[in-house]
Amino acid sequence: MALSEAQPDGADPGRPERRGLELSGAEIVIQALADEGVEFVFGYPGGAVLHIYDALFRQESVKHILVRHEQGASHAADGYARATGKCGVCLVTSGPGATNAVTGIATAYMDSIPMVILTGQVPIPVIGSDAFQEVDTVGITRPCVKHNFLVKDVRDLAMTIRKAFYIATSGRPGPVVVDIPKDVTDPNIKIPYEYPRDIKMRSYNPVLKGHPGQIRKAVDLILQAKRPVFYTGGGVVLGEASSQLTELVRATGFPVTSTLMGLGAYPMTDPQFIGMLGMHGTYEANMAMHETDVLIAIGARFDDRVTGKIEHFCPHAKIIHVDVDPSSISKTVKVHVPIVGQVANVLADMLKLYRELAPAPRSDAPAVADWWAKIAEWQGVDCLRYDRNSAAIKPQFAVETLYKVTDGDLYLTSDVGQHQMFAAQFYPFDKPRRWINSGGLGTMGFGLPAAMGVQLAFPDAQVACISGEASILMCIQELATCLQYGLPIKVILLNNGYMGMVRQWQELFYESRYSNSYVDALPDFVKLAESFGHVGMRVDQPGDLEAAMTEAFAMKNRLVFMDVIVDPTENVYPMIASGKGHHEMHLAPSLSDRELA
Amino acid sequence: MRHIIAVLLENEAGALSRVAGLFSARGYNIESLTVAPTDDPTLSRMTLVTTGNDDVVEQIKKQLNKLIDTVKLLDLSEGPHIEREMMMIKVRAERQDREELKRLTEIFRAKIIDVTDTSYVIELTGASKKLDAFIDAVPEGLIVEVVRSGPTGISRGDKGLAV
Repeated sequence: MALSEAQPDGADPGRPERRGLELSGAEIVIQALADEGVEFVFGYPGGAVLHIYDALFRQESVKHILVRHEQGASHAADGYARATGKCGVCLVTSGPGATNAVTGIATAYMDSIPMVILTGQVPIPVIGSDAFQEVDTVGITRPCVKHNFLVKDVRDLAMTIRKAFYIATSGRPGPVVVDIPKDVTDPNIKIPYEYPRDIKMRSYNPVLKGHPGQIRKAVDLILQAKRPVFYTGGGVVLGEASSQLTELVRATGFPVTSTLMGLGAYPMTDPQFIGMLGMHGTYEANMAMHETDVLIAIGARFDDRVTGKIEHFCPHAKIIHVDVDPSSISKTVKVHVPIVGQVANVLADMLKLYRELAPAPRSDAPAVADWWAKIAEWQGVDCLRYDRNSAAIKPQFAVETLYKVTDGDLYLTSDVGQHQMFAAQFYPFDKPRRWINSGGLGTMGFGLPAAMGVQLAFPDAQVACISGEASILMCIQELATCLQYGLPIKVILLNNGYMGMVRQWQELFYESRYSNSYVDALPDFVKLAESFGHVGMRVDQPGDLEAAMTEAFAMKNRLVFMDVIVDPTENVYPMIASGKGHHEMHLAPSLSDRELA
Repeated sequence: MRHIIAVLLENEAGALSRVAGLFSARGYNIESLTVAPTDDPTLSRMTLVTTGNDDVVEQIKKQLNKLIDTVKLLDLSEGPHIEREMMMIKVRAERQDREELKRLTEIFRAKIIDVTDTSYVIELTGASKKLDAFIDAVPEGLIVEVVRSGPTGISRGDKGLAV
């Protein structure tokens, strides 16, 4: 039990009645985390949080994971949150501690990940005096948090932390920063502590249920649809609506595509799934978007990487949009039937009404069958085809091998670039929360620390981080954290010697002027892994890959760093260039003689 | 189109900067912004004047509502409302101009609230357009200083914007 020395004799730990319990601000921080059921705090100590670290030292219910850089703390908390659905927590000091965490906070904000970030601050009397390690953390983080607080009185501390967790995890989730000046955590000032259970905020009431009239309109549209598509996003994952989505999609028999963030919410090996859409989406998914007459958007936000040029987006469609955040609706694309509400609730209501209203047999069945025939034609293009006889390891082949070796049962985190897109295209996830990557912000360096959060949450699960030799170096120091906590992550490095996605754009749009995209002077990754106490492996022959990967995953208790040397010139296709529509995809050169539309 | 939006905010430190930051981060126009606590000291009321097409203004309202500190919001321009702005204007008032300035003050139902041998400070309250008209009416070269509060507004009728 936390802070047992402060516990009245005979009190049952874990019971809410802690009358007479007096705690310091530092102890309140830790006890509040314990009362929130927090398992792990990812952090790094420093001057402004020393009182809190001292309180942390004297208890056992909250485990602290010492990272090697505060960016790692925020990404690890983020990865934990994405994999579990629970709130990620980090604790960093003032000044550089806070600014280092900002990249991770912004990453979580863009992808709506629930996180509480506790930052130390200089003592209240010196705030504003440019004190040592002082920054305006509330000011710096304001544009990249759902909300933030500066706690100016120890008596507000417990309530503020409760509010932070409530805000972070409800409605459209997001990161919440709680900035705590050092004097607020003074160990010598003790006040009565009781953690507030119920919380009500007059200014914050997320919508739960969708409007029945709007749901009716949506179902009416669905019943008239001839060329329908479900377009689903990260909101389905965040809103725990995977089973509701799957039921509705199966009941309708419609095709379903997903954004990068939504992959796995609908089983990707299911025949109704037509692949990811958007910039590197499949030919069939993007063509279906272009031709659809009823688009059913669920928990997706019409991001520019998904829509392409807005003027060309779904030109024939009536659009239904379900989202918990009203400001996501009609932000970039005007929709016809907006429904604000928790995705799981709305989908359940839609399914119920659909079952009531759908005639059997469905009057539109022939039209939808024609639509599927059209989609099958597009699927015939085989847009993800690549050279399977290559002498070099193709990155696509590496991902397919990963799928085979892990039997599809994997938590896969990713960094940002070509490897991320290849993973999204070639590793079909059948469950939500298995594919963990930075979609909105596109943060290189995310993958490895995120994998730490995942592996801590699921110590017995297979966890891998797919990365590139450029991305991995951005948070490589976390290999030390992995050793300290015995995290047997498998790092699958697709090493092509370039910042692959930058190189691809330079090849396609800058006449192959490879300005600073070549990563000269790379380390020997095998030795690097070994120097951190892990296992390093290098593979450069396609024929060796499966055996090597099998060997790596067989090492259940070791982090294995696989340096996979891949074809340096491979590009990600299909591709929609910026400013183009879904029907204007580039296909791989070997396919382009069959380019359609 | 010009919109005048009233917002009830939690009277918390930083609430104003959240609104200001929202407008700059998302590139929305902001013509004026006034804010002060209400009869309930835990609440501030903000009046905000912005311009944009319907889609942009719709987004502005959604984004304002999304701020955790926002309790309630009303687009006053959507219904009958009253708008008032206060201005204090310091003018050079030499002998030959004094009568003319006094007459203008009367016509606009303004008040002279400070007098020296060579200057007046005139106070005027009204819709922003009336204030503009007064400035235009002051003979050229006499204006020393203009200070305007920015408009505040309230809806007509018996319904109020309250918690």
